[in-house]
Parts: sequence; structure tokens; C-alpha cells
Amino acid sequence: MHSDRASWGLKLGAGLGLAFLHLPILLIFLYAFTTEEKSYQFPPPGLTLKWFGVAWERADIWPPLWLSLQVAAIATVLAMILGTLVAAAMAQSRFFGRDQISLLILLPIALPGVITGMALRSAFSVMDIPFSVWTIILGHATFCIVIVYNNAVARFRRLSGGILEASSDLGANGFQTFRHVLLPNLGSALLAGGMLAFALSFDEVIVTTFTAGQQSTLPIWMLQELVRPRQRPVTNVVAIVVFAVTFLPILAAYYLTRDGDQTAGAGK
Amino acid sequence: MMQPATAILPERGLGDRLTALFWRRPRVLLALLLVPPLLWLGVVYLGSLFALLLQSFYSIDEFSGVVKEEFTLKTYAELFRAQNVDIILRTLLMSALVTLACAVIAFPIAYFAARFARGRWKAVFYLGVMLPLWSSYLVKVYAWKLILAKEGILTWTAEHMGVGAIWGRALDEQWFGGSSLSTSPVGTFIVFVYIWLPYMILPMQAALERVPGSMLEAAADLGASRAQAFRTVILPLALPGIVAGSIFTFSLTLGDYIIPQIVGTSARFIGLAVYQLQGTAGNIPLAAAFAVVPIVIMLVYLTVAKRMGAFDAL
Repeated sequence: MHSDRASWGLKLGAGLGLAFLHLPILLIFLYAFTTEEKSYQFPPPGLTLKWFGVAWERADIWPPLWLSLQVAAIATVLAMILGTLVAAAMAQSRFFGRDQISLLILLPIALPGVITGMALRSAFSVMDIPFSVWTIILGHATFCIVIVYNNAVARFRRLSGGILEASSDLGANGFQTFRHVLLPNLGSALLAGGMLAFALSFDEVIVTTFTAGQQSTLPIWMLQELVRPRQRPVTNVVAIVVFAVTFLPILAAYYLTRDGDQTAGAGK
Repeated sequence: MMQPATAILPERGLGDRLTALFWRRPRVLLALLLVPPLLWLGVVYLGSLFALLLQSFYSIDEFSGVVKEEFTLKTYAELFRAQNVDIILRTLLMSALVTLACAVIAFPIAYFAARFARGRWKAVFYLGVMLPLWSSYLVKVYAWKLILAKEGILTWTAEHMGVGAIWGRALDEQWFGGSSLSTSPVGTFIVFVYIWLPYMILPMQAALERVPGSMLEAAADLGASRAQAFRTVILPLALPGIVAGSIFTFSLTLGDYIIPQIVGTSARFIGLAVYQLQGTAGNIPLAAAFAVVPIVIMLVYLTVAKRMGAFDAL
């Protein structure tokens, strides 16, 4: 029998599934306030705010945070430029090797991160390149391109070619069309792609451990704390910071692309 | 007699001249757009993959520990040592189980979101999957370390539901707990499923959204029960989406080395082997050879997936 209402079993399954996806993250917040620092005792024996102060004072947290922000910012800018260029090329025409190029863009995130990481590590070793901020950025920009590309190419597809033609009919040259027609329409998609790329880069740990050498980004710092914990609630405080720095751009990206249907010329 | 005014505007500088060039020769613009990203991906990414391949054909001198830069298959032969075959098989088994579990848990969410959620609920489900997908990977793994810890919330829940004794006994079982779930293979499995679940939901939901409602009505008209309609209509049509999702869950489990390190026994997986070999052991050739294993497995997997039409569902 077919009906238009979901069965109770399905509702339950879907609800439990969503709860399974969300509840664990809430615990991170709870444990940042616990007074117990040696174990993960539940429920926490008491609640305190002191770990936020302790985390603020810990000198070993600031350099990784700074490095992570730096890497994410530069990698995002690089990925935005490269991703937009390739999206523009893929949107405007069909050409030989198009499918191969889209596979090439996808590959850095389709293959397990350990392969990208190990591949970069081998390349640095073969070419005797010492580890630096730039080796980290190299890896991050590579897998961030696809994020920007996906957002940009979706917007390009919805963008009507008519408005570009109208612009040239009215006497604008290619650069004026880009500046006054294309960019305003593309802007929010690029911003969204950039924010997602930033979030991805800020949080990345798998590739980074292979390309960082002795330096610590914030996720690497966190990984070390997870393997050898000390002052566990401080790790939670940092986790909340990481969560916030990645969560807010993601939410912003969602709102930026949600109304993408209202792009100029999409009504036709 | 007046000359008719020309319809072509005079050129106003470099911008106009370039525009005219791009108009006459679109390939020039295409090339200009494509060269920087392709140069980057070609040199940095493909170049690195090539270096990886190259390294895997080198070998390490057992006495000095120095990499010998001569072509040899010796390093690949080492992959077939019993302990290394164990690692590969263990990883494959884990990937398969995780993929299966993800498919089962994802289905109700994807099905409900695709067929029944409307308006506000649609947005709730969309965000409800996207946010965990994008939230910090390490934070999520850490959350499970808190949950699975012996003194953590699971034990507490078991005690408050009056099954604390059974729970304690189950944890004593070697395969289940050892001493706590956070150091057992079951724990590793749970965390893998949790982390990769959204990657399964999204393509599955996309595939289910493309199943026409009229087909389900037709199935009902022809007297199919819910179960029959599910088995003969929905499942075959959703299969490409499931296979597409499984590409992610399988590939991501195959290469991960953080989760088994934080939640699990000391038993090694491919990713962990690569990480340890290149780091503490300093055996880059063997690490590279190990990294080639997931590439080969994924190539086979992708070929099969393509045959099943999974690429149209991505």
C-alpha cells in the first residue's frame, strides 16, 4: 500500500539518525566546563569557567592558531583565484579534455587524504624542498580548489548568457562586463566557496601532518593533545574555538548560496 | 551626401583590443583561463603523485637506512609479508563494514528528506546533514573519545537504565571492549560510521529525489505492498546513489589514520602504516608503496561504480 505520509518507523529512523549526527558535538561544549581534568567522567563532578582563562594563558596555543589562520587565508585566496578561473573556462565552452580536467580537480578530495599527503611528502623529499609555511599552503590550496570550483560552476550554470551579451551590445568591453555584470552575480557564490575553503583548510589535519614538518597548525596541536592528553578541558576549549571558526563560515556560506535562484537572468 | 555613421565604436584602449581578440579567438581566452589552474594541479598534484610512484620503486638500505635511488620491485614485494597483508585485509574489511553500516543508517534519513520533508523541514534536514559534514573532523573524533571512554556517558547511561552489569561484562569481552570502547575495534568502527555518514546521505538523497512519485503510485496501483515497492522500485532506482555514496565512505575509511590512532587498538590500518613508515621509521619507499594500495583499490572500485551508473548520481 502506498501513502503520502511517512510511516512511524521511517520517522523514527530519520529522527534517530539526525540525533546521532548532532548529539556527540554537544558533549564537547559540556566537557569544556568540567572540573575534572584527569578523566572523561560523566556527568562532570562540577562546572567551572576557569579553563577558558587557562587556555588563554597557555603560550603553546597561540603560535599554532596564528599559523592556521595564516595558512587558511593564503590557501583560500589561491584556491579562489584558481577555482574561479577553471570554473569560468568549464562554463563557457566545451572542449577536448573537459572531463579529464573535472576529474583532475576532483581527485585531491576523492582520493584519501593520506595519498595526497604522502604524494606531496614524496615530492618534497625527491626535490629536497624543506618544510615551511609554504609547503602546508601548497597542499591546502590544492584540495580547496574543488570547493571554490563547485560553488562557482553552479552559479555560472544558472547565470544566463543573455546578460553578458546584453552588456557587450551596450558597448562594454570584456573587463567592464566582468567588473559590472559578472562579478556582482558571481560574488556571493565565490564568497561562499571561499568561506567553505577557509573552514576546510583551518580544520585540515590529514594532509597537513605530511607537509608541516616540525610546525604545528591548530589541528596538529589538537591531535597531539588527543594522543597524549594533559589538561583535557583546555583541549575542549580549543575544540570549541575550532568549531566556531569553521561553523560560522559554513552557516554564512549556506545563507549566501540559498537564494542563488535569484541570479540575474535566471527567470527565463 | 552624408556618410552613414559607422556602427562600430572606436577602440578605447587595451581593454577593447583584448575583448576583440577574445571575441575573434575564444580559444585564446580559454587557454588564458585554464593555464594557471592546470599548471598548479599538473605540477603540484600530478607531479606529487608521480613522485609518490617514483619513490615506491626505490628501496631502503637495511643497514644504513638511506634511500637507494635505483629502480627495484623489492619494496612492493615487502607489501606481501604476512604482517602487511594483514594490515591491508583489516583495512578492507573495516571499509566494507563501515560502508554497509553507513548505507543502512543513511537510508531512512535520505528517504525521509527526499520524499516527505517539505518547506521548513527540508531546510532542517539539509542543514542537519551539512553541518556535521562540514564541522571540524578532529572535534567530532574527540567527541567520540569522550563518549566511548570507560567513565563516559555510555557507561553512565547503561548504569541508569539498570543494565550496568551487562554493559560491564560486555566491555570485558576482548573483541567488543577490551577495557573500554575507546580502545576497541568496535569503537573504531562506530567513529568511522559517524564521521563518514553524511557523505553517504547526500548522494543517496539526490538519487531518491529523482525517483518519480508516479512510479510508486503505479506500483501501489498494481498491488505492490510497501516492502515490494521498496525492493523492486525504490532500491534499484536509488542504487546508483548508494554506490556513489559508498565511493566516499569506502575511500575515506581506506586512507584514514587519525581515527584508529585516537579510538582503537594498536592494530594498524593502511593509513596508519603509511604515516608511521614515513615518519618515525623514515622508510619513505615502503610508505609510498603502501599509499599506492588504496589508489589501486579505488581505481578498481571506481571502474565497477562507473558500470553501475554511480557517476551520474554524484
